[in-house]
Amino acid sequence: MDSRTSEVAGQAPPRSRTPLANTVNDALKIVIVGGFGVGKTTMVRAVSEIRPLSTEETMTGAGIGIDDTGGVREKSTTTVAFDFGRISLNEQKVLYLFGAPGQQRFWFLWDRLFAGTLGAVVLVDTRRVADSWYAIDRLEHHGMPFIVARNNFDEPEHTLPQLREALSLSDDVPLVDCDARHRASSKSVLIALVNHLYALSTAQESSP
Amino acid sequence: MIREAIDGENPDRLYTVTGGRSRADENAFDLVTLIVSESDPTPGMQSEHTAILRMCRSPVAVVEVAAELKLPVSVVKILLCDLLDTGRIAARHPSASVGRTPLPPPEILKQVLVGLKNL
Repeated sequence: MDSRTSEVAGQAPPRSRTPLANTVNDALKIVIVGGFGVGKTTMVRAVSEIRPLSTEETMTGAGIGIDDTGGVREKSTTTVAFDFGRISLNEQKVLYLFGAPGQQRFWFLWDRLFAGTLGAVVLVDTRRVADSWYAIDRLEHHGMPFIVARNNFDEPEHTLPQLREALSLSDDVPLVDCDARHRASSKSVLIALVNHLYALSTAQESSP
Repeated sequence: MIREAIDGENPDRLYTVTGGRSRADENAFDLVTLIVSESDPTPGMQSEHTAILRMCRSPVAVVEVAAELKLPVSVVKILLCDLLDTGRIAARHPSASVGRTPLPPPEILKQVLVGLKNL
């Protein structure tokens, strides 16, 4: 159903969980949103201290009896799968990175899953720019700060200003190039996002 | 592998695991609430509860518990509610949780930046 799985499936099952330090008491979230096969898991893997894990969330169809004693099987459910990895930031804080599909049904679960997220990276495949429009629209709708990163597996055909125009992206949203396969490059994308958030946050503090 | 395990999941198992309940208190746990065991498993305990208590001897996020147990996040939240209610786990909730202003204060973001630069 999804390419990520095949990426993960080829790897050896032994799960050597790297435990978090006992002092860690606060977890933060960043979400990487992008279309099918754009490199979300690749980016998570490039920076994560654990092998990316996969899980899913389900949503019960609206209007169907929540307490229906018929149980799970009677209900119409929507399922969204997503990957994640993590980065220990210091003795107290850990950052979880989520690779999330940008498809329509995913956004129904945004509030449940990603309330409190620091910000998002929209990962763009230049050959399929249109895949990103919807994600950008939804992030704006949810008031979620984001940056856009163009993942260049190949030599890009267009300049960043051309891409900005194609995405109808406003000038205040950072747009960067990256290669999600490389740790340094993926790291710089996350730093670009947090710098952006920092600028927004300081602006917010000075004009309450 | 994990996906297949969930896709092929028998609804009866999910029903049994949760004792037929379909919802946990939505606000009780965030995806990244860190779970820490407060006690060891006891004999006769439901196997999922045992697995959680073993796994969470050091802090583990709700989403990691779900991935390890190969169960949907919402089902895991129900299991965690049981354990929290009986005092067997402690929950360390994220500071940036629902209801706060969308942006965290600059000092938090500064810590994130430093952490990322040290990667």
